[in-house]
Amino acid sequence: MIHEFDPYFNYRTTLFLTEKGFYEFWNWFDSESWYPLGRIIGGTLYPGLMVTAALIYWALRFLRFFVHIREVCVLTAPFFASNTTLVAYFFGKEIWDTGAGLVAAVLIAICPGYISRSVAGSYDNEAVAIFALLLTFYLFVKAVNTGSLAWALGSAFGYFYMVSAWGGYVFIINLVPLYVLVLLITGRYSMRLYIAYNCMYILGMLLAMQIRFVGFQHVQSGEHMGAMGVFLLMQVFYFLDWVKYQLNDTKLFQTFLRITVTSAILVGGIALGVGTASGYISPWTGRFYSLLDPTYAKDHIPIIASVSEHQPTAWSSFMFDYHILLFLFPAGLYFCFKRLSDATIFIVMYGLTSLYFAGVMVRLILVATPAVCLISAIAVSATVKNLTSLLRTKQKVSQTGSTKGAGSSKASSKVTLDQSQPFQKNGASALLVGVFYLLSRYAIHCTWVTSEAYSSPSIVLAARGAHGNRILFDDYREAYYWLRQNTPTDAKIMSWWDYGYQITAMGNRTVIVDNNTWNNTHIATVGRAMSSNEDEAYEIMRSLDVNYVLVVFGGVTGYSSDDINKFLWMVRIGGGVFPVIKEPDYLVNGEFRVDKGASPKMLNCLMYKLCYYRFGELTTEYGKPPGYDRARGGEIGNKDIKLEHLEEAYTTSNWIVRIYRVKPPTNRL
Amino acid sequence: MVKSTTKDARDLFHTLRSAYVATPTNLKIIDLYVCFAVFTALIQVAYMALVGSFPFNSFLSGVLSCIGTAVLAVCLRIQVNKENKEFKNLAPERAFADFVLCNLVLHLVIINFLG
Repeated sequence: MIHEFDPYFNYRTTLFLTEKGFYEFWNWFDSESWYPLGRIIGGTLYPGLMVTAALIYWALRFLRFFVHIREVCVLTAPFFASNTTLVAYFFGKEIWDTGAGLVAAVLIAICPGYISRSVAGSYDNEAVAIFALLLTFYLFVKAVNTGSLAWALGSAFGYFYMVSAWGGYVFIINLVPLYVLVLLITGRYSMRLYIAYNCMYILGMLLAMQIRFVGFQHVQSGEHMGAMGVFLLMQVFYFLDWVKYQLNDTKLFQTFLRITVTSAILVGGIALGVGTASGYISPWTGRFYSLLDPTYAKDHIPIIASVSEHQPTAWSSFMFDYHILLFLFPAGLYFCFKRLSDATIFIVMYGLTSLYFAGVMVRLILVATPAVCLISAIAVSATVKNLTSLLRTKQKVSQTGSTKGAGSSKASSKVTLDQSQPFQKNGASALLVGVFYLLSRYAIHCTWVTSEAYSSPSIVLAARGAHGNRILFDDYREAYYWLRQNTPTDAKIMSWWDYGYQITAMGNRTVIVDNNTWNNTHIATVGRAMSSNEDEAYEIMRSLDVNYVLVVFGGVTGYSSDDINKFLWMVRIGGGVFPVIKEPDYLVNGEFRVDKGASPKMLNCLMYKLCYYRFGELTTEYGKPPGYDRARGGEIGNKDIKLEHLEEAYTTSNWIVRIYRVKPPTNRL
Repeated sequence: MVKSTTKDARDLFHTLRSAYVATPTNLKIIDLYVCFAVFTALIQVAYMALVGSFPFNSFLSGVLSCIGTAVLAVCLRIQVNKENKEFKNLAPERAFADFVLCNLVLHLVIINFLG
């Protein structure tokens, strides 16, 4: 089955693509979400994932394998993860040698940081995007190493695939120019670099602008200006290099250099200044600006701050997702600095920048994973190579008499045993056993993490019963199928935006807001409705033509990701647009409570009433009073709830999803 | 100061000119092509300044096709130039084939983008 929230939207769009064809898909306007605004899906999504799955589906159908598109969608992520390991091998081979490539492929095959987004069922953009990212980087490094236009063209196509797959392509379009800049500063300018970067930039930019969602951002957005600046700088470098070669005379060249550099900097600075000041070049958008300034989102854009994946990373997450790679990474950096080349400089830069961003946002651990795996692989491979060469020396030393003079002296100078350390061979074999132990612990950790943490589809919840047996809570799907079968087809459902995609995909009903979160005011309206008392909320719901309201409640099962725990974010987002909602009204002394001591505004708001309706009569735990909320750990304050404008339509078997019908006004039929 | 700068500039110009005359003919043809492409791009920018930039995608595709072929021609020049030690193992036919392939992709994308 398809996991999480976003994959449901991707699945729905892929289904649409296979049923209606590419032209309809590219021009699709969806009126089933964001009622009454609708959404221009064709122009606001990254089509790479859907087109990839559809192509695989059509290829299989052509070969007469009549699989359902859902099976293809579920298995796309693991398929591309295996492709990523292949690319990791070739990339490692390019940077260091075949040994490092092999170790890199093995490490990335089971690394939890990558598995978190590439399990079967995780049909999200990152599934193909990480493959595209690594492919683009590999092809670009190959182009820089060989100076061939064909490889640069390949990297431009890789970049195009990345742009079509994920918004994280901004990382590529900023890392590659940064890398070129570092090479220029360290004096490694070469013709190969010129050819590789220019071809990739021009062709890549043109190809990227074919995606409607990206549009003209490559020439207008501040996030892409670095690439253009480095492009112009490369032209200047090439020109200066050519003039220096023609002149063959340093004095004249100095004059020339002085004139051109000052004029180029002046012109460039003026152009950039005018562009930014006049607003033609848009500044960095909130999503990426919050990477540079992590406190920005908390103060200014509550929607970005509320997503749990956007929080800064804790050390435990790093250890959980990387295990031994965490300390192999600095070791690998040491080896890279010992053998500096264009390729190793690239991987060092990729590793350092991606680790910095992984520290700012949990979700970006995924982007750092290939770099960490590659660098750690260099450390492992180089160490194991040194150790095994020490182990093999005894045979070589005894054969020096029989081989040719030059060959033997070379062999003996390369791997001579140091006579002052007699236990070198024993030490080497002990260290090798240690390396083997570490790698096997890594494998055990990765498989344990995958089975415990990253296999849950999060639409079906699991818990351990009293006797240790596994209990499954399938409430979400129960509720969505109830919606699908028991409501009129034009019914409009209001819920918090997390569940929008799932409701549209599985319940097949129109929703008010969904996970795309493109319209903050619309979400704030829903937030305001949830935080107001029933009469005010009823007016808002009538204005939006809402027929049903869906809330998620974890008080009976102890499920902690329910709407009451998300409630403060609803208040903050609603209050960001409608100042009538004030967060301190819902808190008591700065504390969020739902028991008797909660603030009156909290006890009377719509969300509270909908979640706790009839809950006061329910005994949830042995020895606790009725109305004991297991997720918050307290007895609720307002047990006697009467609803005037809504009536309960359905509550799932474990009370996780609750659906209410909005009653028409009393003097209408 | 000004006199020495102008004298320097004139020396510069003469040295450059005499050095350039010595380059082989095939490289000069590529240089001519690059100048033609850049000149066409400048004409398009001037036209855009006069008439306005709508539709923007057509303007971008026109300018970028000129800049694109100019850049690709410069890459070809680098690879074909016999004095570049890094590329002495590269056959000029292979360089030209790469050039043609990249130009093909460039122009296909331009035609799609022209609108």
